[in-house]
Amino acid sequence: MSNLHTTEHTEQHGGSTKEIWNVTIILSVLTIVELALGFWMMKITSDSTRFGFKGIIVILMLVKAFYIVAYFMHLKHEIKNMIMTIVVPLALFIWFIIAFLYDGNSYKNLRNNYDSFKKSQSEIKVEKKEAAHGESHKTAE
Amino acid sequence: MATTTVAVNQKMWGGGKSPFNIEYGKVMMWYFLMSDAFTFGAFLISYGTIRFSSNGWPDPNEVFQSFPGLGSGLPLMFVSLMTFILIVSSVTMVLAVHAGHNMDKNGVVKNLILTIVFGAAFLGCQAWEWTHLHHEGAWWGANPFLNADGTASSTNFTNYFFTITGFHGFHVLSGVVINIVMLIMTLTDTFEKRGHYLMIEKAGLYWHFVDLVWVFVFTCFYLI
Repeated sequence: MSNLHTTEHTEQHGGSTKEIWNVTIILSVLTIVELALGFWMMKITSDSTRFGFKGIIVILMLVKAFYIVAYFMHLKHEIKNMIMTIVVPLALFIWFIIAFLYDGNSYKNLRNNYDSFKKSQSEIKVEKKEAAHGESHKTAE
Repeated sequence: MATTTVAVNQKMWGGGKSPFNIEYGKVMMWYFLMSDAFTFGAFLISYGTIRFSSNGWPDPNEVFQSFPGLGSGLPLMFVSLMTFILIVSSVTMVLAVHAGHNMDKNGVVKNLILTIVFGAAFLGCQAWEWTHLHHEGAWWGANPFLNADGTASSTNFTNYFFTITGFHGFHVLSGVVINIVMLIMTLTDTFEKRGHYLMIEKAGLYWHFVDLVWVFVFTCFYLI
């Protein structure tokens, strides 16, 4: 117990109330910008422009994640060993995301090239069903 | 020589000095959260892979466009409310942790209650949304929505939506329960007697992680 006590007192308490409010404002502004981009994106029909918007939204998402982890979860104020032991393993995600999304996309292209039946099936437009409750939706199976 | 013998017998790190300069329980909480991040990451990457491998996908603005009491045709509105509720709850949790540093029991109690209320509000919103989607015919294995280009959609969309938001919602529920336990322990002066509020910090780490996951879920399902 005494050991625990000394540990607690040597910890760095970097976060002040002012910092908390600053981060709150930053997070709110980032969310509002994300939502504004989301509303703006609804009016855009060009696929490449939409893709660009989505890219910006993902970058904003990562900035928000950084602020939550660094300040709310206090990681920025820990010593470097602690930061490294958390952040370095998470770097695996960079590879995960690139590899899996690339693979998904490649699967789509291969299937569209070599399975013309599947491709033609996926191009048939369906009439929009009006909100009938329950059973009618299961016919799709 | 005596110290050398001790070092030889001691195969594992035996304490005395905290290597990361933070308390053991907090280190373990961080490692748990890291493993949880991989779980959520795997879910979201799986979702992304399937979405990238599909020729069409439903438009979230058509699927999520209802607001309780205001009807439909309001894309993004309800999820914005949910996002802000969770951000505010995260702020009150930071304030509770901050009050704990200063041994301010009343501050901890006040902010914990606010966090619990906002957490419960978020769960209520999610319950409403799930009920609403279920009434529209969406569930695991049933997808009434069409792809954005008007073609027939597979059930992948609803399967992923309900699985991932469900898993996140279950985390929020656990977080609310943990916070209630923390509140009871604070009210019964457990932490005052212990001399520190480190337990609140661990609960806080978990709660912020739940908020962090929502940032990703919100972006992946509702925005893009």
